[in-house]
Amino acid sequence: MRRPSDARGPTAFNLASVALGLTFLYAPIVLLVLYSFNASRLVTVWGGFSTRWYGALLRDQQMLDAVWVTLRVGLISASAATVLGVLAAVALVRAGRFRGSGVFAGMVYAPLVMPEVILGLSLLLLFVSLGLPRGFWTVTVGHTTVTLCYATVVVQARLSSFDRGLEDAAQDLGCTPLKAFLLVTLPNIAPAVAAAWMLAFTLSLDDLVIASFTSGPGATTLPMRLYSQVRLGVNPEINAVSTLLIGVVAAGVIAAWLLQQRRRDA
Amino acid sequence: MTTSGGKSPLVRIEGVTKRFGEVTAVDGVSLHIDEGEFFALLGPSGCGKTTLMRMLAGFEAPDGGRILLNGQDMAGLPPHQRPTSMMFQSYALFPHLSVEQNIAFGLARQGWARAAIGPRVEEMLSLVRLEGLNRRKPSQLSGGQAQRVALARALAPGPRILLLDEPLAALDRKLREETQLELRALQRRLGVTFLVVTHDQDEAMVMADRIAVMRAGTIAQVGPPKAVYERPASRYVAEFLGEANLFEHGAGWRLVRPEKMSISPVPSPGALQGDVAEVAYFGDRTRYIVEVDGKALLVSRANVGGPLPFQAGDAAWVTYAPEAAVDLAS
Amino acid sequence: MTGGRGRRLAIALPYLWLLVFFALPFALVAKLSLSHTVLAMPPYAPRLDPSRGLAGVGEFLHGLSFTTYARLGSDRLYVAAYLSSLRFAAIATAILLVIGYPIAYGMSRFGPRAREALVMAVILPFWTSFLIRIYAWIAILKPAGLLNQALDLVHLAPLDLLDTNTAVIIGMVYAYLPFMVLPLYAVLEKQDASLIEAARDLGCTATQAFWRVTFPLSLPGVGAGCLLCFIPMVGEFVIPDLLGGSRTLMLGRTIWTEFFADRDWPAASAVAIVLLATLAIPIALFQRQQAKVLS
Repeated sequence: MRRPSDARGPTAFNLASVALGLTFLYAPIVLLVLYSFNASRLVTVWGGFSTRWYGALLRDQQMLDAVWVTLRVGLISASAATVLGVLAAVALVRAGRFRGSGVFAGMVYAPLVMPEVILGLSLLLLFVSLGLPRGFWTVTVGHTTVTLCYATVVVQARLSSFDRGLEDAAQDLGCTPLKAFLLVTLPNIAPAVAAAWMLAFTLSLDDLVIASFTSGPGATTLPMRLYSQVRLGVNPEINAVSTLLIGVVAAGVIAAWLLQQRRRDA
Repeated sequence: MTTSGGKSPLVRIEGVTKRFGEVTAVDGVSLHIDEGEFFALLGPSGCGKTTLMRMLAGFEAPDGGRILLNGQDMAGLPPHQRPTSMMFQSYALFPHLSVEQNIAFGLARQGWARAAIGPRVEEMLSLVRLEGLNRRKPSQLSGGQAQRVALARALAPGPRILLLDEPLAALDRKLREETQLELRALQRRLGVTFLVVTHDQDEAMVMADRIAVMRAGTIAQVGPPKAVYERPASRYVAEFLGEANLFEHGAGWRLVRPEKMSISPVPSPGALQGDVAEVAYFGDRTRYIVEVDGKALLVSRANVGGPLPFQAGDAAWVTYAPEAAVDLAS
Repeated sequence: MTGGRGRRLAIALPYLWLLVFFALPFALVAKLSLSHTVLAMPPYAPRLDPSRGLAGVGEFLHGLSFTTYARLGSDRLYVAAYLSSLRFAAIATAILLVIGYPIAYGMSRFGPRAREALVMAVILPFWTSFLIRIYAWIAILKPAGLLNQALDLVHLAPLDLLDTNTAVIIGMVYAYLPFMVLPLYAVLEKQDASLIEAARDLGCTATQAFWRVTFPLSLPGVGAGCLLCFIPMVGEFVIPDLLGGSRTLMLGRTIWTEFFADRDWPAASAVAIVLLATLAIPIALFQRQQAKVLS
């Protein structure tokens, strides 16, 4: 029966709080994008429409290098983190209690809430004690470590609601345990695995603190480069770079969302 | 509509209409409910019975017509200012409060003195036979216990009318049948007016003094259970309430209930000849489906001992007494 | 995966990774906090020299001391940074709760399709760079910035907000709003509408029904949201660094400065340990609550 209580609509107060909340969340971003098309060098004074800062961006070799480093770090660390995260999720959901399982769960969840400054500092000390030169690979390892925890949580949520009977059925039909996992479980948790990779990649693109601690000469990531520029003050080129980043991420997230919607409706 | 034998009606519903967008959920319904009556709104899913009850409680506002309670127009009065109490289908027990806190909830809102609340809660607990469960949380109750707590909570503030939304739907069959009789006995004892919404005809028949059968937002018939069953006003009511054999009769239909059909292995004057197509054994009775000229007729026989007189494939003659037939205009 | 070898591999790889890159570094921080500064690279002593065997270990252990902690405890600047970190995080959390609750509550009143889109809208900023979102506020808050231009239009006195503690609070509230709204929304959206109707039916006004039923039932979400915001905000670095003034003291920033500017690694480590010890209780609370939700 159509139960009228399901149709509880928002009141004027509800509408107002949601509208104000979204305005608060989006207004700064919208302004930032708007002023990236400002002809004036003074970021906050409107001097007419222009794309000159995007042009300037294309000629800024240091910025382009930083983008390239960031993309490579992101791709490698997100992929490694996803593989490790799937394994960790399987261990947490399927392995039951094993020796050290409490320590393991603690190590997976702790980085989620630990201040980044501490994670960065501790990784740096490790690399120093091992005598490793800091650079591209140390940043990648740092990002893999932190993002693997997020990837684990995402995959774990899906895996724990996955019907284990399906895997048993596959084994009953002649699959080895590994085959059953690859042929039955993995395709079913694939959306979660993809989401985990995207989350890991985005977190890596976004990270400033861990990269600053673990990076060395020649491995300046985009957030590090932006940060050093931001410290010098606002600058329309930063707005242009930010707008591009926001555009790419928003397009990716919205595409993923639409894809998920269509799959559900089909 | 039946008249109310001199008693003053507690609730008067006059031409009430409610629309949700394109859908008219309740369409010009008029009803009255007497003081102390056990009244049932009966109908299939989506017939508007729940919406009608929710308008009485104040959760929905009518788009047309009025609702009078004790002669007072309820329009614009919010739920908490109405002398109605509702027992929700999901029970809606507050999960963060204990049984006694749930029962005391309405009393505190009405401004009962602290010293009076305790005894009233105990009184309610013993009324629904749940003494000693005061400190339990709703999650620690069985389905039957939760149902009783919901009842006690709704009755505690002493409402003029108790509204019960599918009160027994969540219980299993055996418990449901016991609870039907219990609810009825409780209502007699307290003398409080009960309005129950249900899709279960047995429930309505066993408990209610009067039943309103609803169809697509309108009232199809109102009357005591026996009258509605024996003398349905339309083919819809006849088929919704119990089983029916319908014969074309002039412009309308002739109804004969299966238990009023007679069945015989030998011909008799006026009997229709057919074959027993199916035998369904229910324990207390047996239902035969007899095929007559391609039409399936239902015949119900009480099981009084001995072997079943018919088996599938047997030839049989069925008939009915003229006084067992009811002619329906529509 | 039930196979013995496959199972062990599934556990061993991430386990070893986390041991080497999370647990071990962490032990190094703890060790370093017990060391002292020297003018060398790396700039601390004692160092463990494995070539000297047990004697080396003994010497190394002997060299450890709590002097760094004692130094932090007696330095008013560190104590002030510690207290002000907690204060910033607490104030921002309180404000987040007050503005996040009506938003989450409002979202939960919409129809299913609209609710999904709203959740998406709240999550989306989280996917865009944290640094960029904080940067956006510099242009708004700076003396000749967009806020003051707007105030000027309506003939109000300009506000000098950038490089103040107020700016830090604004930045924190802005950056962490989704972390407050989403856990609140999760509990409010699941709440059975008939509970509110039951409360109304039993004599509550809409306001009373909210405070007696809706709010108490949403407390798990309130707890999760507050912890999820409070814990990382205590150690926040980017926001106080970009929006705060030179006198804005926060531990995250202290660690950064000790490390990069003053090259006092033992002090940075000791501050990190103190910060973590302080957060241990809220982190444990949060994990216990998560475990309850997941089970």
